[in-house]
Amino acid sequence: MKFRNTLIAGASAILLSATGVAKAADSTKPIVIPIHNWSSQVVMAHVIGGIFESMGNNVEYVPADSQAVYESIRNGDVTISHEVWQSSFGGSFYNAMAKGGLIDAGTHSALTLEEMGVPTWVIDQNLCPGLPNWEALKNCKDVFTTVDSDGKGRWLEGPQSWHGNLMPERIEALGLADDYTVKFAGGASSLWAELAAAKKEGRPTIIFNWTPNFTDAEGFTFIEFPEYTDGCRVADGGDGSCGSPKGWLKKAASYKFPKSHPAAYTAYSKVSFNTGQIGSMAALVDVDGMSHEDAAAKWLADNESVWTGWTQ
Amino acid sequence: MITLFRQYKSLQFILLLVIFYLLNHFIAPSDNNLLWRLPAALSWFPLYINDSISYLMFEWWPIDVYDPDIEEFEEKPVVREITRVLSGFILFLIEFIRELILGGVKTIVTFSSWDWATANPWAKWPGLPWTVVAGGATILGYALAGRGLALLVGLSMSYISLFGQWEPAMQTLSFVLIAAPTSVFIGLMFGIWAFKSKTVETILNPLLNMAQIIPHFSYLIPVMVFFGIGDHAGAIATVIFATPPMVRLTLLGLKKLGPEVAESGMMSGCTSFQLLTKVLIPTARRDILIGVNQVIMQCLAMVVLASLIGAKGLGIDLLIALNGLKIGAATEIGICIVLIAIVLDRLSLAWANTQVDYFTDLSFVEKHKHSLMFLAVFIIGIALAYLGQFIFPEGFNYLYIVPHNKGISIAIFLQSGVDWIWDTFFFALKGFNEWLIISVLMKVKGAFLGMPVIATFTLVMGVGFIVGGIRVALTVGAFLLFIALTPWWDRALITAYLMSVSVLVSGIIGITLGTLCAQNAKSTRFILTYCDTFQTFPSFIYLIPVMMLFGITDTAVVIAIIVYASIPALRYTVEGLLSVPQTLQDAGTMAGVNRAQRWLTIELPMSFPHIALGINQTVVFALSMVIIGAMIGTDDLGQLILGSLSDRNGVGNGLILGVCVACIGLAIDQILRTWANQRKLALGLN
Repeated sequence: MKFRNTLIAGASAILLSATGVAKAADSTKPIVIPIHNWSSQVVMAHVIGGIFESMGNNVEYVPADSQAVYESIRNGDVTISHEVWQSSFGGSFYNAMAKGGLIDAGTHSALTLEEMGVPTWVIDQNLCPGLPNWEALKNCKDVFTTVDSDGKGRWLEGPQSWHGNLMPERIEALGLADDYTVKFAGGASSLWAELAAAKKEGRPTIIFNWTPNFTDAEGFTFIEFPEYTDGCRVADGGDGSCGSPKGWLKKAASYKFPKSHPAAYTAYSKVSFNTGQIGSMAALVDVDGMSHEDAAAKWLADNESVWTGWTQ
Repeated sequence: MITLFRQYKSLQFILLLVIFYLLNHFIAPSDNNLLWRLPAALSWFPLYINDSISYLMFEWWPIDVYDPDIEEFEEKPVVREITRVLSGFILFLIEFIRELILGGVKTIVTFSSWDWATANPWAKWPGLPWTVVAGGATILGYALAGRGLALLVGLSMSYISLFGQWEPAMQTLSFVLIAAPTSVFIGLMFGIWAFKSKTVETILNPLLNMAQIIPHFSYLIPVMVFFGIGDHAGAIATVIFATPPMVRLTLLGLKKLGPEVAESGMMSGCTSFQLLTKVLIPTARRDILIGVNQVIMQCLAMVVLASLIGAKGLGIDLLIALNGLKIGAATEIGICIVLIAIVLDRLSLAWANTQVDYFTDLSFVEKHKHSLMFLAVFIIGIALAYLGQFIFPEGFNYLYIVPHNKGISIAIFLQSGVDWIWDTFFFALKGFNEWLIISVLMKVKGAFLGMPVIATFTLVMGVGFIVGGIRVALTVGAFLLFIALTPWWDRALITAYLMSVSVLVSGIIGITLGTLCAQNAKSTRFILTYCDTFQTFPSFIYLIPVMMLFGITDTAVVIAIIVYASIPALRYTVEGLLSVPQTLQDAGTMAGVNRAQRWLTIELPMSFPHIALGINQTVVFALSMVIIGAMIGTDDLGQLILGSLSDRNGVGNGLILGVCVACIGLAIDQILRTWANQRKLALGLN
């Protein structure tokens, strides 16, 4: 009950600050920004931290597990989470919101795609003719078999905690169940290890991946499944024979943030990066070999026109 | 016939196996058959636990707390406020040490406020140049154990600095410098308490096992809620994990002392406190020091997992590097973690072994030569750091700190090393991998999953009965029953399958390799260093090459477990063989046994209790790797624990899943411990 009240209070604070009535100065206590284990997230953490610092705020970075962090946000220990991927973190995000204490601080303009796909060289070498159209899969299950897949082609999906039984259901709905099976990997690094091993071995593989991601540089092609429509998934009452929608990338904040740092919160709610910007942040680290802090500083200096408007 | 059965345990075992086989054969899989699978009668339990914990975390005994940030009173549960005070204290200590080395404002803020610190930007502790810290540590090494240790410490610190890992490494160090002594102290206290009271010992043992086995992901969210996120949370999780071996080894050490030690102390008129601190603990030093070594190793082994709940330092950098498949960079960080572990271990060992010299009469300079040396290093270091500003115009003062990623890097060579391994071994290993998966692992897994529940109970409780009678059988049965009544029995069977295969291989490797290496002093030292290294080297790093070589398969999981779980088997085998009395060996030699006979008939039986403890720890280590296996990709309990992080009722599910993993370990522990105690009695070792 108490939490619902604070949530309502939080929501009204957003309204207040959005209409420009914010008056109290920001607290000098640090804004706590979480650090997860992928480059674009870390650089963006420092970019957003840099924006806050330019407004005179103190900032602190804290390493955290990317699923468990939402519980800390709703408790007020962590202030924001600026890369909430729809399909991987949507569950944790909405759970925390339902329990109270976490607010949705808007959406980045970047559209994401989280989908099964193949390394582009599989298509270039025509190892499964007809890809990326999904119907091609019907004729090349043998290309994708592995030792422990019982003679079926294997889809390497992310951990079950990401999207539950979405992919097994899709295989069933598309009539591929006799030819394909799903294996759940334990985490993102398992996916990358498989990608690297498959390339070295020259063995085609179907894995779950997303964009924007560092694998874009190596070339990765998403399979084109029947288009997503509202309610087509089994969980939403459909038959499951559809691909993934263009996903959102949200920003989360703690209920305390609008009250303790009204100006910084207003700026944060305006922050919106597009795919190209996120890619360029990651590239500074992954391609140019800069440290995350340096990359953020360089990005802020090079793109001043992008972010200064948000701080006004 | 019956007397024959009573006398020969092997006959009993054969009968048990026959019954087991028959049960397996005649009970067909069927969802309605209670002999095949028990109903999930406890499926309400995780939800109940979940609600109770949520109640405790968020609702029980609310008090109004004023939050100055949002200028409002908030209702907060009292338990959480108490735990938060504790966190604040721990965090202060960690930040204090960290800022002493690296500089910062937090300590100053503690004594003033963020408002004041922001208004006065000059009020910032600058931190020490790396040369001063490294030099100081080297002098400490020299003061404690002379040149050899000084060299080790100096080289390690220089490696860390020159490879650009100084800042994260010192962050990790500051957190270990709080977590490790705390674990040692708590472990010592509980060990002594258990030594004084049999009841405490009985209660403590299963708790220690649970603390070591329950995967951290099970209690990640409760820790984050109660203690907040940050270094203190990481430190608390680390203390939970690192203390058990200290308790065990303190107890072991104290128990080994003969009564005459305590008696001599009492005769000299010790109070009971003096008896403990001046007589018993110093005499039991050898085992207590192994405990300290284990605490340090476990603390550093936790660095990566602690970074998931906010511990700053090397852990998160390592995870970022691995997630981008930068194995070379990750290896460099891993080496830093191992170096910190070894330096801390050797320094604490040397410190514990220093003797106070009461008699020599030294001049001022001789008495204080180490402090004077440090003073010199301090002044020179600061002078160099000052000069460095002018030498390196591009803004990086290497004499103050070598920035992250501006240091030397051998990542390219390490990376090409990994590539070479792949190129050389992949195709050779491919056939082996296929054979292993198809003909061994999948068959074993099938066999485990194909066991009717009644057969599993019969087998495990039967072994318990043969080894320790009805009491052990019932205890073991209770642990099994708990798992069987949850909805996760099949998942637990998969965990048991992965563990059994890994423990079998680890045990064989540990005992043979341990025996070979215990033959001479040099190889003994080598193998113990190997144990230290692989206990602390983050398993995440070699997981990637293993996954590349063997795919996202059970082979990769089993290998990852074996690398880690064979360490205690090795360590305890070596310790056990070394503890066989020389007189016994000589007696054997005089009786005319050859080397192999001596090993088989004297050394192995005599060191059996030690080895059994080693296998016991192997099981614990293997189960604690369950979660790492889940990160590769398994369908066992670990995968569900990972999943519980994003689950609505995840707290309850996670905890009960963790308890299921612990129950497997507790059941095996019960059997092994009883067996080892009987052997000890038979050998007259008690």
